[in-house]
Amino acid sequence: MTAKRVVFKLDSTLDSVNEVERKASELASQSGLDEDEVQRIEMAVREAAVNAVYHGNAYDPTKKMTFAMERTPESLIITVSDEGKGLNESEIPDPLAPENLLKPHGRGIFLIRSFMDEVRIRNLQPGTEVTLIKHVRGQGADGKEESK
Amino acid sequence: MTMKSSTRQVDGVTIVDLSGRITLGEGSTMLRDIVRDMIAKGQKKILLNLGDVTYIDSSGIGELVSAFTTVRNGGGELKLLNLTKKVHDLLQITKLYTVFDIKDDEAAAIQSFTK
Repeated sequence: MTAKRVVFKLDSTLDSVNEVERKASELASQSGLDEDEVQRIEMAVREAAVNAVYHGNAYDPTKKMTFAMERTPESLIITVSDEGKGLNESEIPDPLAPENLLKPHGRGIFLIRSFMDEVRIRNLQPGTEVTLIKHVRGQGADGKEESK
Repeated sequence: MTMKSSTRQVDGVTIVDLSGRITLGEGSTMLRDIVRDMIAKGQKKILLNLGDVTYIDSSGIGELVSAFTTVRNGGGELKLLNLTKKVHDLLQITKLYTVFDIKDDEAAAIQSFTK
């Protein structure tokens, strides 16, 4: 397998969310993960992308979502970033707390963490970068990077 | 595949058969409109059949929660029917499985509504 890092800059729209979900699904499938794992990755990437275009960029046509994916020998690494006002992780309420259980929002980051092996959130000032990592087995990357 | 819905009445219970994806945008908005419309019509016994729902994201989950609380606050009951494994797992990890009244048999579900 020839692995490389692929980067996309996309408009802050729901079409872009669907597009990155599809790309992540293809990469996960090609990485030999089973159907359940592929679906978990799809969902985690969708949540990250929704956070980027909706909560981060607020559908602002002047702001872009950056989506990168990379397959290394050990991992599938997906990064989603926005140009919004930034996310303070410590201020994210626990969606499992009794007082939050019936709230309509606030489950996105929780689901991302539930479905991925590692999640890193970085404040870009401005913007937020979320890195999603799934450990995989098999052949790996040669480190090439390609931008689109 | 976007969400589709159809509604039927059985013994005073409004059954909404949903299919496709309940996600941010079209699906979650449609679900909100359906529930709003039913409440406006005074329908207070609502059974959401999720048997053909292939995908729900956090917005879809939020919309289900909103529908549940809106109907309950209006003195009604909203129950879920025929969860797929995927939706079942989602409601379990979000601890909502015990919040919703979840059924897997339509006839029994209809009977379970308050007379």
